[in-house]
Amino acid sequence: MSEARLMQGNEACAEGAMAAGVNFFGGYPITPSTEIAEIMAKELPALGGTFIQMEDEIAGIAVVLGAALGGRKALTATSGPGFSLKQELIGYGCIAEIPIVIANVQRLGPATGQPTSPAQGDVMQARWGTHGDHPMIALSPWNVRESFDVAVMAVNYAERFRTPVIILLDEVVGHMREKVVLPKAEDIEIYPRRKPSCTREEGYKPYTPMADLVPNPADFGTGHHIHVTGLVHDETGFPTGSAQVTEDTIKRLHEKISRVQEQITHYDEFFMEDAEYAVLAYGGTARTAYAAVELARKQGIKVGMVRLMTIWPFADKIVKKVAKKVKKILVPEMNYGQLVLEVERAAAGQATVISLPKYNTEIFTPQEISTAIEELAAEVVK
Amino acid sequence: MRSYEKYFRMNRLPHIWCPGCGNGIIMKSIAKAAEQLGLDQDNTVIVSGIGCSSRASGYMNFDTLHTAHGRAIPFATGIKLANPKLKVIVITGDGDCTAIGGNHFIHGARRNIDLTVVLFNNNIYGMTGGQASPLTPTGKKATTAPFGSVDTAFDPCKLAKAAGASYIARGTAFHAKPLVDLIAQGISNNGFSLVEAITQCPISYGRRNKMGDAAGMLKWMSESAVPLTAYEKLAEDQKGDKFPIGILYQKTAPEYSAEYAKVIKLAQEGK
Amino acid sequence: MQQLRLCGSGGQGVITAAIILAEAAIMENKESVQSQSYGPEARGGASKAEVIISEQFIYHPKVVKPDVVLALTQQAADRYSSDLCGNGILIIDEDLVPESPIHPSIVKVPLTRLAVEELGKDLFTNIVALGLLVKVTGVVSFETIQKAVAKRVPKATIEKNMKALQIGYDSIK
Repeated sequence: MSEARLMQGNEACAEGAMAAGVNFFGGYPITPSTEIAEIMAKELPALGGTFIQMEDEIAGIAVVLGAALGGRKALTATSGPGFSLKQELIGYGCIAEIPIVIANVQRLGPATGQPTSPAQGDVMQARWGTHGDHPMIALSPWNVRESFDVAVMAVNYAERFRTPVIILLDEVVGHMREKVVLPKAEDIEIYPRRKPSCTREEGYKPYTPMADLVPNPADFGTGHHIHVTGLVHDETGFPTGSAQVTEDTIKRLHEKISRVQEQITHYDEFFMEDAEYAVLAYGGTARTAYAAVELARKQGIKVGMVRLMTIWPFADKIVKKVAKKVKKILVPEMNYGQLVLEVERAAAGQATVISLPKYNTEIFTPQEISTAIEELAAEVVK
Repeated sequence: MRSYEKYFRMNRLPHIWCPGCGNGIIMKSIAKAAEQLGLDQDNTVIVSGIGCSSRASGYMNFDTLHTAHGRAIPFATGIKLANPKLKVIVITGDGDCTAIGGNHFIHGARRNIDLTVVLFNNNIYGMTGGQASPLTPTGKKATTAPFGSVDTAFDPCKLAKAAGASYIARGTAFHAKPLVDLIAQGISNNGFSLVEAITQCPISYGRRNKMGDAAGMLKWMSESAVPLTAYEKLAEDQKGDKFPIGILYQKTAPEYSAEYAKVIKLAQEGK
Repeated sequence: MQQLRLCGSGGQGVITAAIILAEAAIMENKESVQSQSYGPEARGGASKAEVIISEQFIYHPKVVKPDVVLALTQQAADRYSSDLCGNGILIIDEDLVPESPIHPSIVKVPLTRLAVEELGKDLFTNIVALGLLVKVTGVVSFETIQKAVAKRVPKATIEKNMKALQIGYDSIK
């Protein structure tokens, strides 16, 4: 274990990405994510890595897609307005199966909104922001150490599944500093770049799916002469108008993630053994929710908590299980009510799902959430 | 087999371009330039945007990347920086490069990063049926400029020069042989190179603007394109619709990936 | 658990002071969370930094009810001290907060003036304030805050910063 130090969430995210092998960063400065770019600019060259500040947000993701094809592990970071601009190329990464990581430090929107204020308003955008059908992996840390871990995990998932992965930070976790002890480098598992299974002469097809439904497109400059396109393509990588190939491709893109959904669903449960009510929260809000659950427990309310780290794919099974157990699920989030819709869908009437939205630049107080818990517990009594 | 054919994916041909289109001539010029330079196919990457011309990447036998509309240059920048030993050639069109990709174009030039941009200029959005681009001359007709374009067109060569490119040339599909040399010299230049290649789109541009068929448009090129030295001697009133071809500008300037390598060295020695 | 709020205007160094305080707490094996809020201005505007220090892991990351508020400007004092605990302490720069908010326990020290007169620069105000804050709260030891400051500031300025801490520490009895 390294020694305890004070670290900012954004800093931990950058350090985690580098620990997982990220050696390329491209991006455009935007509050409240800029620290990630600044740290990368300072630290990557010494590691032999590359930092480039691009002319705009779109170029910021284009350059990392190019670098990933060129053999690098690549990260970009942004916030709401930039996340919107990057959407088309996030979709490009999905269909061309290019491993990149996008850190989105959420701020209050829409548009320029409240640039320095926390929010969790990009939860649905992370899933549905691009056009067309594709799966998405999005992870949201709730503390500084986990920002490091999530960054490592995001880089590994991007490589393993050959897909863009989103780190959904929020301004609370991104900008707060707290005590962390980081893992030792040798304790960090790194998923290496997937390599072609055969040569061009042996009939290599870059987009032939392996047993895990993930293909092994070669890095550029390794003699495989592959073609990469955002058009629907067959196993050769070349575009096709075939209805069958199109259907198979879209299906495979989904199934390569859905088949491992349980493995990549990360969450915590607290006080759930005897819980009659549950609070479901994520990101910075989950910290406050935990404090609120402790307060409510002191009032004698049998309330537990589920904290989601994996936001997408959505933890349907976990929510279903919780909904069977408890009477009501409270979902506090720093938005007008987004992930609550998924909770409602997954709960499917087994428990009453109650939204507790907040969207006024301030984070929840423990009292606000514990009051909401008390109210929902009281309603049952009468 | 002709000697430059190894630079094509013969199994991907014939191409999708219309009869009479000049894009094939430009693409072949790139292959011949590659042959002239003896480019290593394993260490050369062709990156394109979206549009008629950008389909060329799929026909060429290298690692090839067909990106999103307008974004070829930043993708190419990532590839070059990821692996600076790669030669990176960008194939783009007038709409792709100077409209939706205009910002990337000027910033690529500003960085003087070692990319060779071959801009297939057919003055129109061909693939989508003939809409006006920033290189459609004022007064020319397009489906989105049915009364003639009121916009002023860019001169992409002047734009690249002002932005910092270190090699700028213009050729045409008619002047196919010199075009090969212009592209080869662009690839040889260690910095951002622009080769504007004028190409004919008889279907979506020529026809609508009464410029005739492919032959008619090639004739227009032969009459309008003037080698730079001769062009400079023309009196202003003689210039009219004529335009200069050849190497228009060249300079020696620091190249981005080489400059960044110095940053890496500095940072590593500082440790 | 101790909840501290340091506020002033952008450029006065309250965020740096809060970071140093949080680092000092960690040196004493305590848990610590530091956060801030700020406006669009790089300099000027209201700036607020918070530090929570506890023996246990801190979940809610922001100050709910501060035990201590340090205010370096009138605007900051007016805006950020009203939720102070009844038995909490308000520390103000007596020159820059001429109209002190009403509170039972107020410590007034001319922090900026001390920095200028004793050290030649108002740049050291935040460190003078840290010295005072540690004296008033005892939230970390004086030795620890010395170590934390020395670790954070440029080497060439350590001596002056140590002096700044001492001036703050000695500014009240």
